[in-house]
Amino acid sequence: MTDTPLFSVKNLVKHFPVHGGLLQREVGRVQAVDDISFALNPQETLGMVGESGCGKSTTAKLVVRLIEPDSGRMELDGLPLSRGRAWDKDFRRRVQMVFQNSFSSLNPRMPIASSIAFAPTIHGASRTKSMQRAMELLEIVGLDPSLYGGRYPHELSGGQRQRVNIARALAVNPDLVILDEAVSALDKSVEAQVLNLLADLKRDFGLTYLFISHDLNVIKYLSDRVVVMYLGKIVESGPVEAVYGMPRHPYTRALLDSMPSVIPGKRSDHAPLTGDPPNPINPPSGCRFRTRCPHAEPVCGKAVPPLLEPIGSASQQTLAGHEVACLMHQRGSGHSQAPEGEPVREAV
Amino acid sequence: MLQYPESPSTVPADITVQNVLKGTGYWRLVWSRLRRQPVSLVATVILLAIVFVAVFAPWLTPHNPYTTSSLNRLLPVGSEGHILGTDENGRDMVSRLMYGARLTLLAGVLPIVVGIVIGGTLGVLAGYSGGWVNTLIMRITDVFYAFPPVLLAIAITGTLGTGMGNMLIALSITFTPPLIRIAETVTTQVRTQDYVEAARISGADTASIMRHHIMNNVMGPILVYATSLISISIILAAGLSFLGLGVSAPLAEWGLMLNGLRQVVWIDPLLAAIPGVMIFITSMSFNLLSDGLRQAMDVRL
Repeated sequence: MTDTPLFSVKNLVKHFPVHGGLLQREVGRVQAVDDISFALNPQETLGMVGESGCGKSTTAKLVVRLIEPDSGRMELDGLPLSRGRAWDKDFRRRVQMVFQNSFSSLNPRMPIASSIAFAPTIHGASRTKSMQRAMELLEIVGLDPSLYGGRYPHELSGGQRQRVNIARALAVNPDLVILDEAVSALDKSVEAQVLNLLADLKRDFGLTYLFISHDLNVIKYLSDRVVVMYLGKIVESGPVEAVYGMPRHPYTRALLDSMPSVIPGKRSDHAPLTGDPPNPINPPSGCRFRTRCPHAEPVCGKAVPPLLEPIGSASQQTLAGHEVACLMHQRGSGHSQAPEGEPVREAV
Repeated sequence: MLQYPESPSTVPADITVQNVLKGTGYWRLVWSRLRRQPVSLVATVILLAIVFVAVFAPWLTPHNPYTTSSLNRLLPVGSEGHILGTDENGRDMVSRLMYGARLTLLAGVLPIVVGIVIGGTLGVLAGYSGGWVNTLIMRITDVFYAFPPVLLAIAITGTLGTGMGNMLIALSITFTPPLIRIAETVTTQVRTQDYVEAARISGADTASIMRHHIMNNVMGPILVYATSLISISIILAAGLSFLGLGVSAPLAEWGLMLNGLRQVVWIDPLLAAIPGVMIFITSMSFNLLSDGLRQAMDVRL
C-alpha cells in the first residue's frame, strides 16, 4: 500500500433541508451525513455497512459528486476536488458507480451494448472503438456478446443486468468503483456469482472498491477494511479482522449479533437491538447511539465521542487502524467502563 | 483522454458491431410488434387509404365538388353516376367527401404537430429543469386547463374570427397544454432514473443526456398520446365548422357537410349520416392506432 490514498474524504457534511408548513419554510434538516472522514487506498476494498437511512447512499452520491456536500474536503490522488472540478472529465472517468436497481440503471430503450458503449463515446472514443470495447466487456463479465449485445434490458435476468451494469461502469477504465448495494437485490446464488466476478475484476483491472451494503456477510467476504455507520456518523472503522473479530462499539456488536448464522446452535432467539433509529432531523445529543445502547450513561449525552483508537484491556490487542467512537474505549472519558487515566485531548 | 490497454481482443472476429446490433433499432422493433396486431394493421390501412385519397383528390374525384345542380338535389345513395348521392345543392357526395378528407386531416393532424413541437419542447424543458422553470410553465398550463377544450377552441375562434387559419390556430392552442403536461410528467419520471444519473457520472453533459437518454424514452408516450388527440381534434374541427366557426361554405369539410345535410335528415337520413360516419371511422382509426402503438412501445410486455 502506498502512502497517498487514492481517494479520501475529510469532515464531509450533507444536510437536507426539510420544508413544511403553509409557507414552505425550512422546519428542520435531515443530517444524512454528518462529519465523516475516510480514505480509500489504491486497490483495496472498503466496506461500508449500516442500517437503512444511516447515510450510506448519500455518502455514495457525495463520493461520485452527484450531489455537492455542504462542507468537507474530497481528495483524489491527494489533490483536492473543488466545486468547479465536479464536471472534470478526468474525475468522471476515474470514478464510476454501480447502482442497486439493475433495471432502472439501464436505459430500457437501448440495446445493452449501446448502453455500455455510451460512456466511452463521451470520453472521446470513436463509436466503433466503443462498441468493440463493449463487446469485450460483455465477454469479460461472462455474457456472450453475440447473444446478448443486441438485447434490451427487459430481456435479461437480474443477475445478467447487474453484470451489464458492472461492464458499463468499467467501460471507461475507472480506478474507483462505488458499489451501492450492488448485489443486495439479487438472490443468493446469483449474488455469490456476481461477488466472485467483482473479486476477479478487482484483481484483473487493479480496481479500488467502495462497497456499500447492509449485509455483513457480503462485506466480510469482499472487504479489506470496514466502516460502520450509524445515523450519519462513522461509529467504528478498521481492518475486517479487527471489526469482525473484536468489535468495540456496542452498535457494531449488535449488528454482528444480528447476523443470521448458518450454525443452528449459534442462533439466538432474541433481537440484539430493539426499536428504530432516532429521527435524523433531531438526532440525540452526544453519542447518537445512546438511546438504544445498553451501556449508555449520562456522560454519553454530553459530547460527540471522537473516532479514536480503542484502549482495551491487556487481553484485547488492538490492530492497527482500528478506530471506534465510543467513550467506553477512551481513557478517562468519564464512562464507568472506560479505562482509567488522562483523557486524550483532540487537537481543536 | 480515454486509453484502452493494447491487448488482442478476446472477442471472436465474426462478432462485429453490425452483426450484434442488426435489426435492433428501437423503431424497427416497434413496427414489427405493431404489424402483428390485426386491429392496428386495419386501422393503419384505413388511415393510409384516407390519406391517399386526400392527397390525390383532384385526380380521383368523379365530379367537381363545387358544381351545383338544382336538378340533381338530394339524389339517394346508389344513384347512377353519384354512388353516394348528392347533397342539398346537388353536389356529388363522393367528390365532396374526398376533398373534405383533406381539410379534416389537416385540421386533425396540424394542430397536434404544432402541439408536439411547442408542447413537447416546453414540457421536456419543465420536466428536466424542475424548480421555478417547472412551476412557471406548469402553472401557466393550468390556466388553459381551467377551460373545457371545446369552450376554449370556441372562445379563441370567436375572438380571432372564423376561417380555416384561425381554426387551426385555435386548435393548436387547445391541444398544446395537454401535450405539455404529458411531456413534463414523463420527463420528470425519466430524469430521476438511475441510468440518467449513471450517464451524469460518466461525464455526459445535458445535451447528450437529452439526446441519448431522455428523448428516446419521452417520445414514445408523447406520440401515443398525440395520436389519440388527433381524433379529438378532428371531431372538434368538425364541431367548429358545424357551428359555423371554422371553415365556411362552400368549402368541402365533413363537419360543414354534416351541418348542410342536417336539414334533410327527415328526408334522407342515410345521406345525412355519411359525413358523420366518415368522421367516426377516421377518429376511431386514430384511436385504435394509438392504442396499438402504446402496446407496441411497452418494452416490458
